[in-house]
Amino acid sequence: LTAGGGGNDVQWCFSQVKGAIDDDVAEADIISTVEFNHSGELLATGDKGGRVVIFQQETENKSQPQCRSEYNVYSTFQSHEPEFDYLKSLEIEEKINKIRWLPQKNAAQFLLSTNDKTIKLWKISERDKRPEGYNLKEEDGRYRDAATITTLRVPVFRPMDLMVEASPRRVFANAHTYHINSISVNSDNETYLSADDLRINLWHLEITDRSFNIVDIKPANMEELTEVITAAEFHPHQCNTFVYSSSKGTIRLCDMRASALCDKHSKLFEEPEDPSNRSFFSEIISSISDVKFSHNGRYMMTRDYLSVKIWDLNMENRPVETYQVHEYLRSKLCSLYENDCIFDKFECCWNGNDSVVMTGSYNNFFRMLDRTQRRDVTLEASRESCKPRQVLKPRRVCAGGKRKKDEISVDSLDFNKKILHTAWHPQENIIAVATTNNLYIFQEKVN
Amino acid sequence: MINTMECAVDAQSLISISLRKIHNSRTQRGGIKLHKNLLVSYVLRNARQVYMNEKYAEIYRMQQYEEVMTVCNEIQELNPLELVEDCEEQTGDCCGSATESASLCGALLPVSHQAPSAQHIQPSSACSVPLALQSEEVCKAQEPSFYRSCCAEAYPVSSCDFSPVNSMHCNKTTVLDLDTHVVTTVENGYLHQDCCASLQQCCQGAQSPAKKRKLDFGYYVSEIEEVPDFTPCKRAKFEDSSYACTEPLDTSNISNLISIFGSGFSGLVSRQADLEQALNGQFCSKQALASLGAWTRAIVAF
Repeated sequence: LTAGGGGNDVQWCFSQVKGAIDDDVAEADIISTVEFNHSGELLATGDKGGRVVIFQQETENKSQPQCRSEYNVYSTFQSHEPEFDYLKSLEIEEKINKIRWLPQKNAAQFLLSTNDKTIKLWKISERDKRPEGYNLKEEDGRYRDAATITTLRVPVFRPMDLMVEASPRRVFANAHTYHINSISVNSDNETYLSADDLRINLWHLEITDRSFNIVDIKPANMEELTEVITAAEFHPHQCNTFVYSSSKGTIRLCDMRASALCDKHSKLFEEPEDPSNRSFFSEIISSISDVKFSHNGRYMMTRDYLSVKIWDLNMENRPVETYQVHEYLRSKLCSLYENDCIFDKFECCWNGNDSVVMTGSYNNFFRMLDRTQRRDVTLEASRESCKPRQVLKPRRVCAGGKRKKDEISVDSLDFNKKILHTAWHPQENIIAVATTNNLYIFQEKVN
Repeated sequence: MINTMECAVDAQSLISISLRKIHNSRTQRGGIKLHKNLLVSYVLRNARQVYMNEKYAEIYRMQQYEEVMTVCNEIQELNPLELVEDCEEQTGDCCGSATESASLCGALLPVSHQAPSAQHIQPSSACSVPLALQSEEVCKAQEPSFYRSCCAEAYPVSSCDFSPVNSMHCNKTTVLDLDTHVVTTVENGYLHQDCCASLQQCCQGAQSPAKKRKLDFGYYVSEIEEVPDFTPCKRAKFEDSSYACTEPLDTSNISNLISIFGSGFSGLVSRQADLEQALNGQFCSKQALASLGAWTRAIVAF
């Protein structure tokens, strides 16, 4: 396999890494979600401590074309705090499960961030001027004694250092009994959905005190529960269409025009199980951890524990492409069950023109799967490959037998170093890869 | 058919690992993770399926052995000197093949000689095989051979010094449905009629009406006042000590865990056909399945 991640033999090189260097990882710093905005200018991360950090791409330096534009911290704010549900005696984690950007409509940026129970709409705006010359207060805000005012003046705006402010504009709370796993903004730019284990709700971005329940798979008798919702997403162009994946490895496509409650799917995507592969853990590894539409809206991609599948929306009975992410783990499922790694939820993402998909693995490896050239490569996000513009070398895992030079054996993999969250710039070959507490940015090598 | 070849641990260990996960999920931050617990319950079901298949295969072999021995004994009366050797050979065929079955045979044969304290096996640890525990609770009045074989094989139990098992039966559990806010009180019922005794007697033993459990995923409240004398048992030693619970588990909660092994999580019983075939279409496939899925109720109940 030759090096290459994007189409046309793209070589990936290191650009930046964000986050603490030391190995002692504070739990609050564990990155839990990564998302580019629609232009790719902004890159948001959420962490376990409820914080959101937004990076902004600097405008390109024309005099130095080799030095690709860098992402620098633009705004940091505390999105969610830990809460306590007194009725149920449950602590609600502040961990940010998902961030989704709204398309930009004016000068300000908007994003939705969610923890297990509450979704918030944040407005991120710039302030580069401030009013000065008030009559009734001093510059520091203290009120002046009215008796001392002898003249009047008109306050004016004066330039100031750029300040980026994040303010919560809406809080969408108390609509989910179970843990929220997904949010997705509709192409109509007015509504969005939020999904938990058993239900999906439809919201209007302006209205916080009510939402419509559009999917409810909770059985009347909980004893009969066999599957939960694991991810949901709106179609990128059809505002009436959305999909949701389940723990049983199925994906349902629903049309909101059909009925108010979309319990009855329009399409059911399911691949029959291979009976020869049946093991104790068959159900776990078939559970879908992520579902993403392609940008063109014709395909969708699902990620389960060992593979990535591409589905054509017009064919329900099997995927059109299946890629093995780390098949060498199939014989290790028992250990991975014991140490809980088998429950890791890997995400996946498309590149801008839907020709390449990317997903993470263990040992800080991530996989680029080229659909058009039918090639795949394994790369590593490591502090050792951190020299500026250093080209990433493909990595290989030796499943068994004699280990070749430069290969790493399965038993040497570090299962604590997992890449669950990755994001691809919507237009350029720039990728953001989150290790446990670091964010790596890689770019296409420019010759 | 589940391929167990690639699994490093056996079904029994998987059951104990899974139970421990379910138990630990109660104290994890953020509340019970429905998805994860559902997946764990699938592993439990699969492990139990394999475990029961192995057990029934053993029993079948043991029955064959007993028949052979009976025949041997009858023939022995005719010619004691010649035929003993034949019988021993056949015994070897039955039981000598697997080391596990050897202990099983050993446990089954001199049933009457078993120490009576084995009856009071306290399910103090979630690591214990629930199969044995269920049978222990209900079957002590019935044929002891089967359950004791389970228990004997599961772990060499040290004698436990605490109040009799009876006190365990009185647990009441109160469940609150998160959505409807309906509160349901459920009493511990004799619902674990599976695995008991021999094929026919198991079903007949299930005379007490199964109190339909209205447990729900959500908040699980247990009243522990009925278990006043609960002192933690010396933790039963496992063959695989690595799987033994390392922290002292709240015994009342464990008994609650056990107490909900009753009615079915029938949704997981979609493979009922497979299981029935695996059990040779035998008896309490329904009851077996009912308690099979009971582990999932554990999640629910938590």
